[in-house]
Amino acid sequence: MSKRLGWFLAGGLLVALLLAGVVSNFASGSPDGLDATARQGCTFNADDEITGGTCMLQQEQAHQMDDSPLAGYGIRGIDNAWLSTGLSGVLGVLITFGIGGGVFWLARKRKTPEEATR
Amino acid sequence: MDDVQAMHIANGIVDGPVSALFAVIAVLALAFCVWRARADLDDRLAPMAGLVAAFIFAVQMLNFQVLPGVSGHLLGGALAVALVGPWVGALCVSTVLIVQCLLFADGGLTALGLNITNMALIGTAAGYLLVAALMRFLPKTPGGVGATAFIASVVGVVVASQGFVLEYWLGGTTELSMTTIAGTMAGVHVLIGLGEGVIAATTVATVARVRPDLVYALRRYRNTVPAAEMADAA
Repeated sequence: MSKRLGWFLAGGLLVALLLAGVVSNFASGSPDGLDATARQGCTFNADDEITGGTCMLQQEQAHQMDDSPLAGYGIRGIDNAWLSTGLSGVLGVLITFGIGGGVFWLARKRKTPEEATR
Repeated sequence: MDDVQAMHIANGIVDGPVSALFAVIAVLALAFCVWRARADLDDRLAPMAGLVAAFIFAVQMLNFQVLPGVSGHLLGGALAVALVGPWVGALCVSTVLIVQCLLFADGGLTALGLNITNMALIGTAAGYLLVAALMRFLPKTPGGVGATAFIASVVGVVVASQGFVLEYWLGGTTELSMTTIAGTMAGVHVLIGLGEGVIAATTVATVARVRPDLVYALRRYRNTVPAAEMADAA
Protein backbone atom coordinates (compact mmCIF):
# COMPACT_ATOMS: atom_id res chain seq x y z
CA MET A 1 0.00 0.00 0.00
CA SER A 2 1.44 3.36 -1.01
CA LYS A 3 2.09 6.19 1.43
CA ARG A 4 -0.29 8.45 -0.48
CA LEU A 5 -3.11 5.95 -0.10
CA GLY A 6 -2.26 5.73 3.59
CA TRP A 7 -2.78 9.46 4.00
CA PHE A 8 -6.06 9.34 2.13
CA LEU A 9 -7.33 6.50 4.34
CA ALA A 10 -6.25 8.32 7.49
CA GLY A 11 -8.10 11.46 6.34
CA GLY A 12 -11.23 9.51 5.46
CA LEU A 13 -11.17 7.67 8.76
CA LEU A 14 -10.81 10.94 10.64
CA VAL A 15 -13.92 12.32 8.88
CA ALA A 16 -15.85 9.15 9.75
CA LEU A 17 -14.71 9.36 13.40
CA LEU A 18 -15.82 12.99 13.66
CA LEU A 19 -19.20 12.19 12.10
CA ALA A 20 -19.85 9.20 14.38
CA GLY A 21 -18.17 10.68 17.44
CA VAL A 22 -19.42 14.28 17.39
CA VAL A 23 -21.98 15.03 14.67
CA SER A 24 -24.03 11.96 15.72
CA ASN A 25 -25.14 13.89 18.78
CA PHE A 26 -26.96 16.37 16.54
CA ALA A 27 -28.86 13.64 14.69
CA SER A 28 -32.65 13.66 14.70
CA GLY A 29 -34.21 11.54 17.44
CA SER A 30 -37.43 10.99 15.48
CA PRO A 31 -38.28 7.48 14.28
CA ASP A 32 -36.80 6.78 10.86
CA GLY A 33 -38.88 6.02 7.76
CA LEU A 34 -39.20 2.31 8.52
CA ASP A 35 -39.88 2.82 12.22
CA ALA A 36 -42.48 5.50 11.47
CA THR A 37 -44.23 3.10 9.11
CA ALA A 38 -44.12 0.39 11.79
CA ARG A 39 -45.78 2.80 14.25
CA GLN A 40 -48.49 3.88 11.81
CA GLY A 41 -51.95 3.00 13.15
CA CYS A 42 -51.03 2.97 16.85
CA THR A 43 -51.30 5.70 19.43
CA PHE A 44 -48.54 6.35 21.93
CA ASN A 45 -48.39 7.95 25.37
CA ALA A 46 -45.69 10.28 26.65
CA ASP A 47 -43.48 7.31 27.58
CA ASP A 48 -43.72 6.02 24.01
CA GLU A 49 -45.81 3.04 25.04
CA ILE A 50 -48.54 1.80 22.69
CA THR A 51 -51.95 2.85 24.03
CA GLY A 52 -54.19 1.61 21.22
CA GLY A 53 -54.72 0.88 17.55
CA THR A 54 -53.09 -1.69 15.28
CA CYS A 55 -49.56 -1.44 13.92
CA MET A 56 -46.52 -3.57 13.05
CA LEU A 57 -44.67 -2.50 16.16
CA GLN A 58 -47.00 -4.48 18.45
CA GLN A 59 -45.35 -7.70 17.29
CA GLU A 60 -41.81 -6.47 17.85
CA GLN A 61 -39.72 -8.77 20.01
CA ALA A 62 -36.66 -8.03 22.10
CA HIS A 63 -33.26 -8.07 20.45
CA GLN A 64 -30.97 -11.01 21.21
CA MET A 65 -28.09 -8.57 21.69
CA ASP A 66 -29.83 -6.13 24.04
CA ASP A 67 -27.22 -7.05 26.67
CA SER A 68 -24.36 -5.93 24.43
CA PRO A 69 -22.36 -3.15 26.10
CA LEU A 70 -22.91 -1.08 22.93
CA ALA A 71 -26.64 -1.83 22.53
CA GLY A 72 -28.65 1.12 21.24
CA TYR A 73 -25.61 3.17 20.19
CA GLY A 74 -24.45 3.97 23.68
CA ILE A 75 -21.92 2.56 26.10
CA ARG A 76 -23.39 0.90 29.14
CA GLY A 77 -22.20 2.56 32.29
CA ILE A 78 -21.60 6.00 30.78
CA ASP A 79 -24.40 8.28 31.87
CA ASN A 80 -23.42 11.34 29.87
CA ALA A 81 -25.51 10.95 26.69
CA TRP A 82 -23.06 12.90 24.50
CA LEU A 83 -20.08 10.88 25.63
CA SER A 84 -21.97 7.60 25.46
CA THR A 85 -23.27 8.15 21.91
CA GLY A 86 -20.02 9.65 20.67
CA LEU A 87 -17.76 6.95 22.06
CA SER A 88 -20.03 4.17 20.81
CA GLY A 89 -19.86 5.79 17.37
CA VAL A 90 -16.06 5.98 17.48
CA LEU A 91 -15.86 2.32 18.51
CA GLY A 92 -18.32 1.36 15.78
CA VAL A 93 -16.27 3.10 13.08
CA LEU A 94 -13.02 1.49 14.28
CA ILE A 95 -14.58 -1.98 14.59
CA THR A 96 -16.24 -1.72 11.16
CA PHE A 97 -12.99 -0.53 9.59
CA GLY A 98 -11.05 -3.26 11.37
CA ILE A 99 -13.38 -6.11 10.42
CA GLY A 100 -14.24 -4.84 6.93
CA GLY A 101 -10.74 -3.75 6.03
CA GLY A 102 -9.22 -6.91 7.50
CA VAL A 103 -11.50 -9.27 5.62
CA PHE A 104 -11.14 -7.37 2.34
CA TRP A 105 -7.35 -7.24 2.77
CA LEU A 106 -7.17 -11.00 3.31
CA ALA A 107 -9.51 -11.67 0.38
CA ARG A 108 -7.70 -9.39 -2.07
CA LYS A 109 -6.02 -10.90 -5.06
CA ARG A 110 -2.29 -10.86 -4.59
CA LYS A 111 0.21 -10.15 -7.26
CA THR A 112 1.98 -13.24 -8.45
CA PRO A 113 5.70 -13.22 -7.49
CA GLU A 114 6.46 -12.57 -11.13
CA GLU A 115 4.26 -9.45 -11.22
CA ALA A 116 5.54 -8.19 -7.89
CA THR A 117 9.13 -8.09 -9.04
CA ARG A 118 8.32 -6.10 -12.16
CA MET B 1 -31.53 15.09 22.84
CA ASP B 2 -32.66 11.55 22.20
CA ASP B 3 -30.26 8.71 21.72
CA VAL B 4 -29.73 7.35 18.28
CA GLN B 5 -32.58 4.91 17.78
CA ALA B 6 -32.87 1.49 16.26
CA MET B 7 -33.01 1.90 12.53
CA HIS B 8 -33.52 -1.48 10.91
CA ILE B 9 -36.16 -4.23 10.87
CA ALA B 10 -36.56 -5.64 14.38
CA ASN B 11 -37.33 -9.19 15.45
CA GLY B 12 -40.95 -10.30 15.20
CA ILE B 13 -42.08 -7.86 12.52
CA VAL B 14 -41.81 -10.49 9.78
CA ASP B 15 -42.57 -14.14 10.64
CA GLY B 16 -39.98 -16.91 11.10
CA PRO B 17 -40.32 -18.82 7.81
CA VAL B 18 -40.06 -15.69 5.64
CA SER B 19 -37.17 -14.38 7.74
CA ALA B 20 -35.39 -17.72 7.31
CA LEU B 21 -36.06 -17.70 3.56
CA PHE B 22 -34.44 -14.30 3.21
CA ALA B 23 -31.54 -15.36 5.43
CA VAL B 24 -30.84 -18.15 2.93
CA ILE B 25 -31.19 -15.72 0.00
CA ALA B 26 -28.79 -13.29 1.72
CA VAL B 27 -26.16 -15.97 2.42
CA LEU B 28 -26.26 -17.26 -1.17
CA ALA B 29 -26.14 -13.76 -2.65
CA LEU B 30 -23.26 -12.70 -0.39
CA ALA B 31 -21.31 -15.82 -1.29
CA PHE B 32 -21.77 -14.87 -4.94
CA CYS B 33 -20.62 -11.32 -4.16
CA VAL B 34 -17.48 -12.61 -2.41
CA TRP B 35 -16.71 -14.69 -5.48
CA ARG B 36 -17.17 -11.72 -7.86
CA ALA B 37 -15.53 -9.22 -5.51
CA ARG B 38 -12.20 -11.04 -5.54
CA ALA B 39 -11.59 -9.90 -9.11
CA ASP B 40 -11.98 -6.26 -8.01
CA LEU B 41 -10.13 -6.40 -4.68
CA ASP B 42 -6.53 -5.34 -5.13
CA ASP B 43 -4.05 -3.54 -2.87
CA ARG B 44 -5.84 -0.26 -3.50
CA LEU B 45 -9.48 -1.30 -3.38
CA ALA B 46 -9.23 -3.53 -0.26
CA PRO B 47 -8.33 -0.78 2.25
CA MET B 48 -10.68 1.62 0.44
CA ALA B 49 -13.52 -0.87 0.97
CA GLY B 50 -12.78 -0.95 4.70
CA LEU B 51 -12.98 2.83 4.76
CA VAL B 52 -16.27 2.84 2.81
CA ALA B 53 -17.80 0.41 5.34
CA ALA B 54 -16.60 2.53 8.28
CA PHE B 55 -17.89 5.70 6.61
CA ILE B 56 -21.32 4.16 5.97
CA PHE B 57 -21.49 3.07 9.61
CA ALA B 58 -20.75 6.65 10.69
CA VAL B 59 -23.24 8.30 8.36
CA GLN B 60 -26.01 5.83 9.23
CA MET B 61 -25.89 7.30 12.75
CA LEU B 62 -26.79 10.72 11.35
CA ASN B 63 -30.58 10.69 11.16
CA PHE B 64 -31.93 13.78 9.42
CA GLN B 65 -35.48 15.10 9.69
CA VAL B 66 -37.60 14.48 6.60
CA LEU B 67 -41.09 15.21 7.99
CA PRO B 68 -42.37 16.36 11.36
CA GLY B 69 -41.72 13.38 13.65
CA VAL B 70 -40.04 11.32 10.93
CA SER B 71 -36.34 11.04 10.20
CA GLY B 72 -34.19 9.08 7.82
CA HIS B 73 -30.63 7.99 7.40
CA LEU B 74 -28.38 6.96 4.58
CA LEU B 75 -28.49 3.30 3.54
CA GLY B 76 -25.30 3.57 1.50
CA GLY B 77 -25.79 1.19 -1.44
CA ALA B 78 -25.34 3.70 -4.25
CA LEU B 79 -22.46 5.40 -2.44
CA ALA B 80 -20.66 2.07 -2.07
CA VAL B 81 -21.29 1.13 -5.71
CA ALA B 82 -19.85 4.41 -6.97
CA LEU B 83 -16.72 4.12 -4.82
CA VAL B 84 -15.92 0.39 -4.73
CA GLY B 85 -18.24 -1.28 -7.25
CA PRO B 86 -21.33 -3.48 -6.84
CA TRP B 87 -19.82 -6.70 -5.46
CA VAL B 88 -17.49 -5.16 -2.89
CA GLY B 89 -20.15 -2.50 -2.23
CA ALA B 90 -22.77 -5.06 -1.24
CA LEU B 91 -20.22 -6.63 1.13
CA CYS B 92 -19.44 -3.20 2.66
CA VAL B 93 -23.10 -2.51 3.46
CA SER B 94 -23.50 -6.08 4.81
CA THR B 95 -20.48 -5.61 7.09
CA VAL B 96 -22.12 -2.51 8.55
CA LEU B 97 -25.45 -4.30 9.08
CA ILE B 98 -23.75 -7.28 10.76
CA VAL B 99 -21.75 -5.03 13.13
CA GLN B 100 -24.90 -3.03 13.94
CA CYS B 101 -26.90 -6.17 14.61
CA LEU B 102 -24.34 -8.05 16.71
CA LEU B 103 -22.81 -5.19 18.70
CA PHE B 104 -25.34 -2.35 18.67
CA ALA B 105 -28.52 -4.47 18.88
CA ASP B 106 -29.90 -2.64 15.84
CA GLY B 107 -31.82 -4.76 13.35
CA GLY B 108 -33.02 -8.08 14.76
CA LEU B 109 -30.77 -11.12 14.57
CA THR B 110 -33.60 -13.11 13.00
CA ALA B 111 -34.27 -10.14 10.67
CA LEU B 112 -30.64 -9.87 9.53
CA GLY B 113 -31.35 -11.64 6.25
CA LEU B 114 -34.24 -9.25 5.59
CA ASN B 115 -32.13 -6.18 6.32
CA ILE B 116 -29.21 -7.43 4.23
CA THR B 117 -31.54 -8.28 1.34
CA ASN B 118 -33.12 -4.81 1.32
CA MET B 119 -30.17 -2.54 1.96
CA ALA B 120 -27.09 -4.48 0.87
CA LEU B 121 -28.57 -6.42 -2.06
CA ILE B 122 -31.66 -4.67 -3.47
CA GLY B 123 -30.52 -1.10 -2.76
CA THR B 124 -27.03 -1.80 -4.06
CA ALA B 125 -28.28 -3.62 -7.17
CA ALA B 126 -30.67 -0.79 -8.06
CA GLY B 127 -27.90 1.73 -7.44
CA TYR B 128 -25.53 -0.25 -9.62
CA LEU B 129 -27.93 -0.40 -12.57
CA LEU B 130 -28.32 3.38 -12.39
CA VAL B 131 -24.57 4.04 -12.03
CA ALA B 132 -23.73 1.71 -14.91
CA ALA B 133 -26.37 3.34 -17.13
CA LEU B 134 -25.64 6.97 -16.22
CA MET B 135 -21.86 6.74 -16.44
CA ARG B 136 -22.19 5.79 -20.10
CA PHE B 137 -23.20 9.30 -21.06
CA LEU B 138 -22.55 11.61 -18.09
CA PRO B 139 -19.14 13.33 -18.02
CA LYS B 140 -16.41 11.41 -16.19
CA THR B 141 -15.81 14.35 -13.85
CA PRO B 142 -16.44 14.96 -10.12
CA GLY B 143 -19.70 16.70 -11.11
CA GLY B 144 -20.77 13.89 -13.40
CA VAL B 145 -20.06 11.13 -10.93
CA GLY B 146 -21.66 13.20 -8.15
CA ALA B 147 -24.87 13.61 -10.18
CA THR B 148 -24.81 9.88 -10.86
CA ALA B 149 -24.46 9.09 -7.14
CA PHE B 150 -27.38 11.43 -6.37
CA ILE B 151 -29.80 9.86 -8.84
CA ALA B 152 -28.69 6.30 -8.00
CA SER B 153 -29.21 7.02 -4.28
CA VAL B 154 -32.77 8.31 -4.68
CA VAL B 155 -33.81 5.32 -6.81
CA GLY B 156 -31.83 2.80 -4.74
CA VAL B 157 -33.41 3.90 -1.45
CA VAL B 158 -36.98 3.82 -2.78
CA VAL B 159 -36.47 0.38 -4.36
CA ALA B 160 -34.87 -0.92 -1.14
CA SER B 161 -37.90 0.30 0.84
CA GLN B 162 -40.15 -1.78 -1.40
CA GLY B 163 -38.05 -4.82 -0.51
CA PHE B 164 -39.46 -4.48 2.99
CA VAL B 165 -42.97 -4.16 1.54
CA LEU B 166 -42.49 -7.44 -0.31
CA GLU B 167 -41.21 -9.15 2.82
CA TYR B 168 -44.09 -7.81 4.91
CA TRP B 169 -46.58 -8.92 2.27
CA LEU B 170 -45.10 -12.44 2.44
CA GLY B 171 -44.71 -12.72 6.19
CA GLY B 172 -46.01 -9.67 8.05
CA THR B 173 -47.16 -10.55 11.57
CA THR B 174 -50.04 -8.04 11.69
CA GLU B 175 -53.02 -7.76 9.35
CA LEU B 176 -52.56 -4.34 7.75
CA SER B 177 -53.32 -2.67 4.43
CA MET B 178 -50.43 -3.40 2.09
CA THR B 179 -51.25 -0.42 -0.14
CA THR B 180 -50.94 1.91 2.85
CA ILE B 181 -47.61 0.36 3.84
CA ALA B 182 -46.26 0.49 0.28
CA GLY B 183 -47.37 4.10 -0.12
CA THR B 184 -45.98 5.27 3.22
CA MET B 185 -42.66 3.49 2.70
CA ALA B 186 -42.26 4.82 -0.85
CA GLY B 187 -43.27 8.39 0.04
CA VAL B 188 -41.01 8.68 3.08
CA HIS B 189 -38.12 7.03 1.27
CA VAL B 190 -38.27 9.45 -1.66
CA LEU B 191 -37.46 12.16 0.91
CA ILE B 192 -34.82 10.01 2.61
CA GLY B 193 -33.37 9.22 -0.81
CA LEU B 194 -33.00 12.93 -1.57
CA GLY B 195 -31.08 13.39 1.68
CA GLU B 196 -28.97 10.32 1.00
CA GLY B 197 -28.39 11.61 -2.54
CA VAL B 198 -26.93 14.87 -1.26
CA ILE B 199 -24.61 13.04 1.15
CA ALA B 200 -23.53 10.44 -1.43
CA ALA B 201 -23.00 13.05 -4.19
CA THR B 202 -20.90 15.24 -1.90
CA THR B 203 -18.80 12.30 -0.75
CA VAL B 204 -18.24 10.79 -4.19
CA ALA B 205 -17.51 14.16 -5.84
CA THR B 206 -15.00 14.97 -3.07
CA VAL B 207 -13.16 11.68 -3.50
CA ALA B 208 -13.27 12.15 -7.30
CA ARG B 209 -11.60 15.54 -6.89
CA VAL B 210 -8.90 14.35 -4.48
CA ARG B 211 -8.21 10.82 -5.75
CA PRO B 212 -10.15 10.06 -8.98
CA ASP B 213 -8.25 6.78 -9.25
CA LEU B 214 -10.05 5.54 -6.11
CA VAL B 215 -13.54 6.01 -7.58
CA TYR B 216 -14.69 2.72 -9.07
CA ALA B 217 -17.32 4.40 -11.25
CA LEU B 218 -14.59 6.55 -12.85
CA ARG B 219 -12.02 3.77 -13.13
CA ARG B 220 -14.46 1.37 -14.70
CA TYR B 221 -16.22 3.66 -17.13
CA ARG B 222 -13.41 6.03 -18.02
CA ASN B 223 -13.17 6.84 -21.72
CA THR B 224 -9.46 7.41 -21.80
CA VAL B 225 -7.01 5.45 -19.69
CA PRO B 226 -3.75 7.22 -18.84
CA ALA B 227 -0.65 5.61 -20.28
CA ALA B 228 0.79 4.78 -16.86
CA GLU B 229 -2.33 2.84 -15.92
CA MET B 230 -2.27 0.98 -19.21
CA ALA B 231 1.28 -0.13 -18.57
CA ASP B 232 0.33 -1.12 -15.04
CA ALA B 233 -2.60 -3.21 -16.22
CA ALA B 234 -0.66 -4.89 -19.00
